[in-house]
Amino acid sequence: MTTSALITMITVQGTVTLVTAYLFWRVLTTPPKPEPDSFADNDDVPR
Amino acid sequence: MSDTTTLNKQESWGSRVGLILAMAGNAVGLGNFLRFPVQAVQNGGGAFIIPYIVCFLLMGIPMLWIEWATGRFGGRYGNHSTPFILDKMTKSNFWKYFGVFGIFTNIGVAAYYCYIESWTMAYVYHSIMQTFSAKTQAEVAAFFNSYVDVAYSTTGIPFEAVIFYIVCLALNTYILSRGLSGGVEKVAKIGMPLLILFGVFLAVRGLTLGDSGAPAGCADCNAYLGLNFLWEPKFESILDPKVWLAAAGQIFFTLSVGMGTIQCYASYVKSRDDIALNAMSAGFMNGFVEIVLGASIVIPIAVGYLGLDWVLDNAGFSMAFQTMPYLFAQWGPFLATMAGVMWFGLLFFAGITSSLAMGTPWMGFMRDEFNWSREKAAWSFGLVTLVMGLPTVFFYQQGVFDEYDYWAGTVSLVIFALAESLIFAWLFGIRRGWREINLGADIQVPTFYKPVLKYVTPSLLLVVFLSALVTPKGNDWEAAFSGKWELDASSIIGKIQHKGIVANRAYFSDVLESEVEGVVFNIGRTARRNRHLVEIAQQKTFYRSPAGVRLYEGEEAVDKSLLFDSLVVVKAYRIAPDKELLVKVGDKVEVGTPIAKGGFVNDIFYIDMARLLLMGLFIGICVLVYVATKKREREGKTGDEIVDETYPGDDYDVTNS
Repeated sequence: MTTSALITMITVQGTVTLVTAYLFWRVLTTPPKPEPDSFADNDDVPR
Repeated sequence: MSDTTTLNKQESWGSRVGLILAMAGNAVGLGNFLRFPVQAVQNGGGAFIIPYIVCFLLMGIPMLWIEWATGRFGGRYGNHSTPFILDKMTKSNFWKYFGVFGIFTNIGVAAYYCYIESWTMAYVYHSIMQTFSAKTQAEVAAFFNSYVDVAYSTTGIPFEAVIFYIVCLALNTYILSRGLSGGVEKVAKIGMPLLILFGVFLAVRGLTLGDSGAPAGCADCNAYLGLNFLWEPKFESILDPKVWLAAAGQIFFTLSVGMGTIQCYASYVKSRDDIALNAMSAGFMNGFVEIVLGASIVIPIAVGYLGLDWVLDNAGFSMAFQTMPYLFAQWGPFLATMAGVMWFGLLFFAGITSSLAMGTPWMGFMRDEFNWSREKAAWSFGLVTLVMGLPTVFFYQQGVFDEYDYWAGTVSLVIFALAESLIFAWLFGIRRGWREINLGADIQVPTFYKPVLKYVTPSLLLVVFLSALVTPKGNDWEAAFSGKWELDASSIIGKIQHKGIVANRAYFSDVLESEVEGVVFNIGRTARRNRHLVEIAQQKTFYRSPAGVRLYEGEEAVDKSLLFDSLVVVKAYRIAPDKELLVKVGDKVEVGTPIAKGGFVNDIFYIDMARLLLMGLFIGICVLVYVATKKREREGKTGDEIVDETYPGDDYDVTNS
């Protein structure tokens, strides 16, 4: 592989991986909204 | 509280992660692994990524926000499909019926998409049974043609292609009948991690293969050559409008926007909950699967074994089934089985998480409007899809499949997405739209997106639509703008006019005409059904560099001796044994030259029947929307009843949230 191809690949794939991981981490660490929310798994009483 | 509210109260997402995985699964499809790398190769390699990212940020992300916001807004009023969501947003009968696209597209696409999904199931079976070991590349490719020939069985099961299709559709229907959290979400929670795991395994293999698989004498069989071609920036291509259109098209199709599925999934999200971060998460997850995994599997592995020349000539959707099993077979029995199961398993999960999403708008509509139970709505979806899909199975080789893909899976999406972006920004109003996106948001949406949503995204979609409507011949925009605007056969107008059908233009004819020019290269009989085989070949000239790598447009052959000619079979006709051949080996044929006689039903007949079926489906759903409208009027429903108890009211300031 040429250096420019290698740099392009690593930069693009690395950036996309990091942004995806960051956004998913934000989703996992954001505290849930007070009930009632959209999600059944954290309901006190199952719907 | 209305019956509708009571019914849909039972339907909800189990968890936020489940919702995002389901949304990402909806977007991740076979195109992530097959379409993206081919588009990148054909449009400037590494430089393609620049227009791709710009289109993702200016069209992809805004469209995701528009569809999530539209869906959640509709769900607030008890609407889970686009006809009545658009009705509520615009208060217009026209847009309500336009919303039919959001159900029609899904059934039309599911009809043939489940067929592809069933191929992946069948190929998992064949990988386990090691059907492809010791087969040549041509034999593996021929195996696929045998599989889609409904009358032939590769397993001994009669009509196996039909059986696999029905099993696949029944599985989809069963999962849908289990509901969002009990069915769709569970599959996404299992399928997406497995898909990524399988993808990582294959991508590592693709990135480390190098020239270890190169057959003797193949100068360009090196995975790194494939990666190099994929990622080497050719910055001059950024100025080519064709590249930008390809990037916009790829972003558009990869995110599954314009279908109505995102709106349906989002309609089960409450006003208090975030959509801005969720939409970005799902969008980037799709991007990860496409750019990181998708780019590292098919192209490098195929180049590693078959060479760059071969891949550039043959890169396309068919490689998944006609080439990859052969490549895996080179890894020895154990790894070949494992790689086959992983590759087709990965495609199966990519497929099923998308096809499940396609079932939900119909179910939402029937449950909202006719109070159908979840099971009844799911099985009715399965039945309608089966009726629409069987012609794609039986008449795959006659072009029915491609016709569905073009009208339901391509054109309808662009039209609907363009309309949605205009409705959201101009009819619903950007002020309300912006408020809707930010309501409950867990991230700060940059304010520059406000003008982007209003002007840039609809403009980009308009350009994509117009470019599809009047695509110039050979996608040569330079020639088109210089005054030679001849329509390409793949343009919407060209398709309507059947420009791609150059011979056999009558439904029924006594003679079969050649669709290509060339020389009759071979006449024989097919092994299985003893049909006449007529192969027509053309002389083609190739150019090679001293290293043996083919040269491309813009590059010069440094030495005339590097040119070489090759006779290439461009068309093979398989003709029923009772027909009479009118040509012999060595005959020159032109387009339209009769090659056999005895009575034929031409492809154009099946193509027009497919169009009629699709039109019938669209009209049928319009009738259902009309009946539902009358039912609402009889029941005195205004559509203004808010069923989401968390909605803070129209006066609530989202900047305080």
